[in-house]
Amino acid sequence: MSIIARNIKKTFGTYTALSGVDLNVPDGKLVALLGPSGSGKTTLLRIIAGLEFPDEGSGRIEFHGEDVTNVAAGKRGVGFVFQHYALFRHMTVAENVAFGLTVRKRKDRPSKSEIADRVNKLLKLVQLEALGKRYPTQLSGGQRQRIALARALAVEPKVLLLDEPFGALDAKVRKELRRWLRQFQDEIGITTVFVTHDQEEALEIADEVIVMNNAKIEQVGTPQAVYDHPATPFVYSFLGNVNRLQLPWRGFSSGDAPVPYTDETNKIAFVRPHELEVLRHRAGLDGEVASVRSIHSAGSIARITVLRGASEYIDVELSRQQLDELDLAEGDSILLRVRRSRLFSEDYEI
Amino acid sequence: MGFTLTYLSLIVLVPLAAAFIKTSGMTWDAFVEAVASPRVMASYRVSFGISLLAGLVNAFFGLIVAWVLVRYPFPGKRIVDAIVDLPFALPTAVAGIALTAIYARNGWAGFLEPLWGGVVAPDGHVVHNGFVQYLGSIFPGVNWGEWLGLKIAFDRPGIFIALTFIGLPFVVRTLQPVLEELEPEFEEASATLGATRWQTMHKVIFPQLLPALITGFTLSFARALGEYGSVVFIAGNQPLHSEITPLLIITKLEQYDYQGATAIAVVLLVTSFTLLLLINLLQNWTRRHQRA
Repeated sequence: MSIIARNIKKTFGTYTALSGVDLNVPDGKLVALLGPSGSGKTTLLRIIAGLEFPDEGSGRIEFHGEDVTNVAAGKRGVGFVFQHYALFRHMTVAENVAFGLTVRKRKDRPSKSEIADRVNKLLKLVQLEALGKRYPTQLSGGQRQRIALARALAVEPKVLLLDEPFGALDAKVRKELRRWLRQFQDEIGITTVFVTHDQEEALEIADEVIVMNNAKIEQVGTPQAVYDHPATPFVYSFLGNVNRLQLPWRGFSSGDAPVPYTDETNKIAFVRPHELEVLRHRAGLDGEVASVRSIHSAGSIARITVLRGASEYIDVELSRQQLDELDLAEGDSILLRVRRSRLFSEDYEI
Repeated sequence: MGFTLTYLSLIVLVPLAAAFIKTSGMTWDAFVEAVASPRVMASYRVSFGISLLAGLVNAFFGLIVAWVLVRYPFPGKRIVDAIVDLPFALPTAVAGIALTAIYARNGWAGFLEPLWGGVVAPDGHVVHNGFVQYLGSIFPGVNWGEWLGLKIAFDRPGIFIALTFIGLPFVVRTLQPVLEELEPEFEEASATLGATRWQTMHKVIFPQLLPALITGFTLSFARALGEYGSVVFIAGNQPLHSEITPLLIITKLEQYDYQGATAIAVVLLVTSFTLLLLINLLQNWTRRHQRA
């Protein structure tokens, strides 16, 4: 089931949450809506779900070509998993999962034994078949998350929507669960949209990432594409660390190709920490001179901070091996060269 | 634990024990005579019946008031929120006098009286009309005038109004924090799963509010049982009809019948305690899912 949103506008009083957003989620894909808080991503998800409606006269939502703009949430066939799961505390896990079936009109409602079968299958699917009789307060965060997912899937939705699905979990469980979600989505193949502010999460599991900022979509693409070719300064900074280098910059990239921006002083060069090359200072080599201020070598890669000129701090990432070969100490003078970069004019806003 | 017990003993248990000790000096016959005379029995019916009714009505309307206060923004909300506490702060006698002034026949709401029960003709004959007569036409054979009272102030409806007035804040204040915690997410989850608004109300929201609602009801009911100050002004205090039990205790005290007074107090105490215990058990049952 594909999802198409056209020109969605949403304002709350004087606050603009979405200013004319277009969205296209292909059938069967796992798509991440990525952005900082206040970027409008959750509002967009809620509009897709039918929990909010676009402003009067704007926008149109289609599920598989069918206009659902004015259809209520319960009739859209969406499964929605809330950030804090919203499990009903007075019901057992099994009752929670069965809820969507038991509230159906009598003629559409499966028999009690059919409902019990379905609940069992779903609990097995989320690998929690032993917990049916427990209450939500007796479960861990990760278990609640999966129960919320099972409950959403019980009504056989055409689309699965997740709001910050891993936001309330601790780091280790979060990693496990997001890998699990990816596998899970591969198995059942349901079109899925999830909201996150964690770029690592989005880049790791999504088929496609939609980066949002300031009520607008900044860029859409595969994780590789948005990471390697950010379309805007915002995307550059939001997806991982980035250095903003003052121009002009002397020196050449490692391939001896001339750096193209040496005198474009009204622009700023965006360079990721691993796209910089560090060399020992030697006569006859081109590059910007900088001095090493700090070295953090705990972890699989080493991070060093260097100071260029009077006040320009630059972060560089090296492999441990490179660091060992360079044999750096704080205060050493080095040469910095740029392998890859992208220029943006100076007057952008993040 | 030790502190709690000591404190509770000093403040609550010791004075209550005194009532029991005082009563234990009576003979059994004298005790029965004191606590089971027709006039006292009638007062039990009035006190427990009307307190129960006031508690239930408060539970219902208190829920609505709390819901609106938590969920809807409106101008003057903070003032309304503060007004809810007024019955707590007002001396109950003031409440009683104020209510009496309003509901008495020559008060602001005096016009309600003919609509409710009836009017007394100049010759002293009661002319039934209004609500009481209407009920009598649907369910004949019940003396509705006796049950509901013919007047509002100086009759049973007055007691009911006073007890509702003083009990409302208990329900509102116990429900408010629970409602604030009950995020709209629950309703939205229910809606996305295809539940109607009504199903969401009675399957999702109401069960989660029930324990707090029962607490509020219990507090309001218990307060109503013990209420004296506001009721005596508005009740009319007709023996066998609109006398409340606390009033009888005071009456006995004024006649220097201390043992009789404490005897009634003991009955009131034991009955209230039993009721509160039962309600607590009920509440535990509704909270069973919260035990980990």
